[in-house]
Amino acid sequence: MQVDDLTVVSDSSTFDYRRVRADFPILATEVRGKPLTYLDSAATSQKPQAVIDAVQRYYQFENSNIHRGVHYLSEQATDAYEATRAKAARFIGAADQNEVIFTRGTTEGINLIAHGFTESVLQAGDEILITHMEHHANIVPWQIAAQQTGAILKVAPVDDRGVLDMEAFEALLSEKTKIVSVVHVSNALGTINPVKNIIAMSHARGVPVLVDGAQSIPHMPVSVAELDCDFFVLSGHKICGPTGIGLLWGKRKWLEKLPPYQSGGDMIEKVDFEGTTYKGIPGKFEAGTPHISGVIGLSAAIDYLNGIDRDAALQHELALLASATEQLSAIDGLRIIGTAPEKASVISFLIDEIHPHDVGTFLDAGGVAIRAGHHCTQPLLKRFGVPATARASFAFYNDFDDVERLVTALTKMKQFFC
Amino acid sequence: MSEDLHNLYQDIILDHNKRPRHYGALTDYTHSAEGFNPLCGDKITVFLIVEDGLIKAVQFEAACCAICKSSASMMTEVLTGKTLDEAESACQRVGQLLSMDMDLTADLSKDGEIAALAGVRKFAARIKCATLPWHTYRSALDG
Repeated sequence: MQVDDLTVVSDSSTFDYRRVRADFPILATEVRGKPLTYLDSAATSQKPQAVIDAVQRYYQFENSNIHRGVHYLSEQATDAYEATRAKAARFIGAADQNEVIFTRGTTEGINLIAHGFTESVLQAGDEILITHMEHHANIVPWQIAAQQTGAILKVAPVDDRGVLDMEAFEALLSEKTKIVSVVHVSNALGTINPVKNIIAMSHARGVPVLVDGAQSIPHMPVSVAELDCDFFVLSGHKICGPTGIGLLWGKRKWLEKLPPYQSGGDMIEKVDFEGTTYKGIPGKFEAGTPHISGVIGLSAAIDYLNGIDRDAALQHELALLASATEQLSAIDGLRIIGTAPEKASVISFLIDEIHPHDVGTFLDAGGVAIRAGHHCTQPLLKRFGVPATARASFAFYNDFDDVERLVTALTKMKQFFC
Repeated sequence: MSEDLHNLYQDIILDHNKRPRHYGALTDYTHSAEGFNPLCGDKITVFLIVEDGLIKAVQFEAACCAICKSSASMMTEVLTGKTLDEAESACQRVGQLLSMDMDLTADLSKDGEIAALAGVRKFAARIKCATLPWHTYRSALDG
């Protein structure tokens, strides 16, 4: 979804979040004797019963390896696995299901591409362009690629609101740039980047673009065809699926060009001691027995998300964001880090001199789960002159009571520490 | 307010956090080291003046949480004037007080203020905050 398409609507009555909450059994539990207020969905989303059931059903009644058995269960598992590939392709707006690779998650997806570019694209003096707001997962693989090839890592700056400086970005694109790798939504700040513009700008110079969708797809529908990116990566566990499963989508011409990432069983056509030929895509990139139960769980997660009104869910999240931003800003001594006009429902903040870890521990005692730390974005936090922040992130299954419990707990905390 | 939370943030801890002792860089130090907690970004620098096996001075600078800062502040008080052997014993005692397995009862009369650190061990995610200054002291000695 493009930034321009997002409009904040305060009326979220079209989305029945009470019914949705009932789908997530953990939201009805208590932690430390208090009702769970889960505001850490940017770290990992909670799982609906349908996903939990699907994984259990697979292990209880359907467990089998894929692509190698002639027996009934193996055929069933293979069908379910490959059907999920087609379902995932539709979910992200991709026309060709063979362009979808199952990975362990976003990190592995980026590593796979960075490895491929190291092996078959990058030369000494080439440039890799990322932004200052990348997650470590979209920095370190490119640093290693640069070290191994003699390429140079360039970083586009962000302003004091946490908005990408598009003029500087464009100026950094050159004939030496071989890949642009950019986060769609910042996990630390919530900033929604204008990836469609970034892609158009890069393509005008013949540069391919990888979009890190780990934090965008949980909040908004994404179409890779509409974006026209070259690679898109995401993590299943952030979209209500299991951990350890993710997707890499890439344009066929690129996936065919890049070498295998790992090798072994299931990725070959023919093995001989004199030489081996690989499968075509997607098999070339899926060595070994994959995370089958993860794929089954991801399939259920996609079904679940397809079953809710995602546009209305986004409006509900933005209403939560607006309410939380207003109430937190009213707390004396509280400073929000990341005030981009286009934001997903993520709020990073500092409060007086209280360290974010102490904020996290204090809130936890009241059943309020937030993230405290550097959010795997140390260069970004350094840019803002802070070593850590507290971060509350809202999903479509959060409600206004969650916001209220956060605000109440923070007010109590100020009395305790100050 | 939960009892555990009060045990974690005891008055001793809150006091050291607000008014850290021996805070600031030493210029004439003999040993120094930086300590990081890569999980959370906490950072501390410990400066020592060691002469003839005796710790003459300990100071620190930090960008860290209340637990880490108060632990460091108490550490400066505990280590100053100690021999290196005595200091090592104190480090080990802190490790024991923070051990969930040992689950020792801290004794304010015997352990002094560091007894307050025992409340941290109920919060597994925070134990490293409390141990970071002490590990950094050891790194400074190891050079």
